[in-house]
Amino acid sequence: MAEVAYVNASRVFPGTPPVRAVDNLELSVADGEFLVLVGPSGSGKSTALRMLAGLEDVDEGAITIGGKDVTNTPPKGRDIAMVFQSYALYPHMTVAENMGFALKLRGVPKAEIREKVAEAARMLDLTRYLDRKPKALSGGQRQRVAMGRAIVREPSVFLMDEPLSNLDAKLRVETRANIAALQQRLGTTTIYVTHDQVEAMTMGHRVAVLKDGILQQCASPRELYDRPANAFVASFIGSPAMNLKTVPLTPEGARLDGLVVPLSRSALDGAAAEGLSEVTFGIRPESLRLAAADEAGMTMTVELVEELGADAYVYGSVRIGEQSERFIVRVDGRTPPALGQQVEVTVRDADEVHLFHPGTGLRLTA
Amino acid sequence: MSVDAAALRSARGETRAAPTAARRGQRSRLASIGLHGALVTASAVAVFPILWVLVTSFKPDTRAVSPTPRLLDESTVDNYVDVLSGARGDFLAWFGNSVTIAGLSTLVGVFVSATTGYAVSRFRFPGRRGLMLTFLVTQMFPFAVLIVPLHNILLALGLLGQPLGLVLVYCTTTVPFCTLMLREHFDAVPTDIDEAGRVDGLSPFGVFWRLVLPLARPGLAVTAFYSFLTAWGEVAFASAFLSVADDSKTLSVGLQVFVQQNRAEWGHLAAASVLVALPAVVVFYLVQRFLVGGLTGGAVKG
Ligand SMILES: Nc1ncnc2c1ncn2[C@@H]1O[C@H](COP(=O)(O)OP(=O)(O)O)[C@@H](O)[C@H]1O
Ligand SMILES: [Mg+2]
Repeated sequence: MAEVAYVNASRVFPGTPPVRAVDNLELSVADGEFLVLVGPSGSGKSTALRMLAGLEDVDEGAITIGGKDVTNTPPKGRDIAMVFQSYALYPHMTVAENMGFALKLRGVPKAEIREKVAEAARMLDLTRYLDRKPKALSGGQRQRVAMGRAIVREPSVFLMDEPLSNLDAKLRVETRANIAALQQRLGTTTIYVTHDQVEAMTMGHRVAVLKDGILQQCASPRELYDRPANAFVASFIGSPAMNLKTVPLTPEGARLDGLVVPLSRSALDGAAAEGLSEVTFGIRPESLRLAAADEAGMTMTVELVEELGADAYVYGSVRIGEQSERFIVRVDGRTPPALGQQVEVTVRDADEVHLFHPGTGLRLTA
Repeated sequence: MSVDAAALRSARGETRAAPTAARRGQRSRLASIGLHGALVTASAVAVFPILWVLVTSFKPDTRAVSPTPRLLDESTVDNYVDVLSGARGDFLAWFGNSVTIAGLSTLVGVFVSATTGYAVSRFRFPGRRGLMLTFLVTQMFPFAVLIVPLHNILLALGLLGQPLGLVLVYCTTTVPFCTLMLREHFDAVPTDIDEAGRVDGLSPFGVFWRLVLPLARPGLAVTAFYSFLTAWGEVAFASAFLSVADDSKTLSVGLQVFVQQNRAEWGHLAAASVLVALPAVVVFYLVQRFLVGGLTGGAVKG
């Protein structure tokens, strides 16, 4: 068990121009915490994880595990276990040998290795496969062997790099729950990389969002969803994505077509202080609704209706200023509007509006 | 795959009768006879010279060249007895020399190529591309051109006439090829495996020795066999660089005593040749069970 900290850590890949794959990362992970690193492809998640594993150099800053500076320690000295996206099982060893390899290298007595491997195998439902080679396993079983290999070592930190991305959708959901439960039970500090925001939101105690190597926000899933620190986090977290539009400001609030969404005094003052005449206005599909007959609303032309049973998502276009903007609205699944229909849309609650600086993307509302 | 092949066949109008009858791996009787006939013929052509040598080795020198060799009534093991007893030169000493030199060449050559191939496959270092290019270029020179410079080098090193010198010379010819070959095999081992090993507690050399080498066994088998054969059958360097003393010759050099300018002892030569071929067969046998592909299967995803 240990806490982990990135202290202004950077990884710069040489090239013209050099790629700052991880840029000044400042992040601490508490003992026993499940932290998820999430971000689009190429955002530096894997690089950040590999720096922690010792597989990638730390060009600037430092990394500590359990309070000890490990910046220049080789992987074998860091007491970490890693689950690779490709699993990276040893093809010439049986499942049992794969799982026990690290212990064997440490000179743990054979009987003890066998016992620990058997226990991990029980936990992961692999007992029947212990004598097989990886070649003779299904994708899901290989994934569990990779997990088993990490568990058996009882490391102070687990690192997982998209361990579910090679599984089919159903197995992925199942395994997701299993990993979270396993981590809960073992209480081992875990850093988990994924590009899938649903995985991040459902598994992590905290979620760190990366983009272009820069940490955007690190917070609990709830906080991330309710108070995204910038427009990127707002658009990345949540599915379907938040509606984010640049709209003009009026003294009363933000104007969307025929609808003026009242904004709080503090938000308006904040925008005024910045000298803004426009803001990036964000609202989640579930915070929009169809307006009643006598209510003001913005007029939306329905272009697509996605019915999910209980709910339906309506995709349509709204004229804002000179442009036509796409909006997504969540409606009751039993009475969705028809394609091509014109509907009036309004905001459920003005408090659910997120405002961002149109230039920097930073959150304006407190 | 199978669908594609079937579709292709039907497109060419080659499907026989009902499509269900044309299952994969089934041949008509005629095709089967033709195929086996061709295989038998090819095998006979390949095996015949060896069979002839084997037959000749059991016959007296005088009858060796008779066009209708009879195996039963004139075969003796006299040739083998003569060869092994050392009546025609110190055969056993040659044999020992050859085993030592070929064995050492194999060990040293494969070790050097494996470590070089691994470095080229995994590490980025200045001159990495140049190195492989140099290896290719050195393969272009015929042996004859190399004899004089190699002779001078060995002389300068004080290794002329020593088995070790010859071992080094053989390595210069085998290492480039073996390195290219092994590098291909190492490249086929995913680097994720290296990294998993390092996280599991292996040193960089441990990764090479315990993970990558075992996974490149087919490549090692081929290169070991190639190195052994190169050293085992080579004549020109062996006669140029070993001392002329009879008991320091290798087999391939020694065999020449049976074929003198105006007198050839074909029976003895054949018997000696059979004896010479045996170790190569043994090495091949030892090595062939590693010549299976797909060792890295199952390493990564599904
Ligand atoms: N070995 C490398 N050499 C050069 N650039 C690299 C290397 N590895 C990763 N990168 C770059 O670093 C960035 C982050 O990569 P990565 O951490 O793999 O992203 P992610 O895992 O978030 O998809 C990418 O732009 C990628 O091109
Ligand atoms: Mg990645």
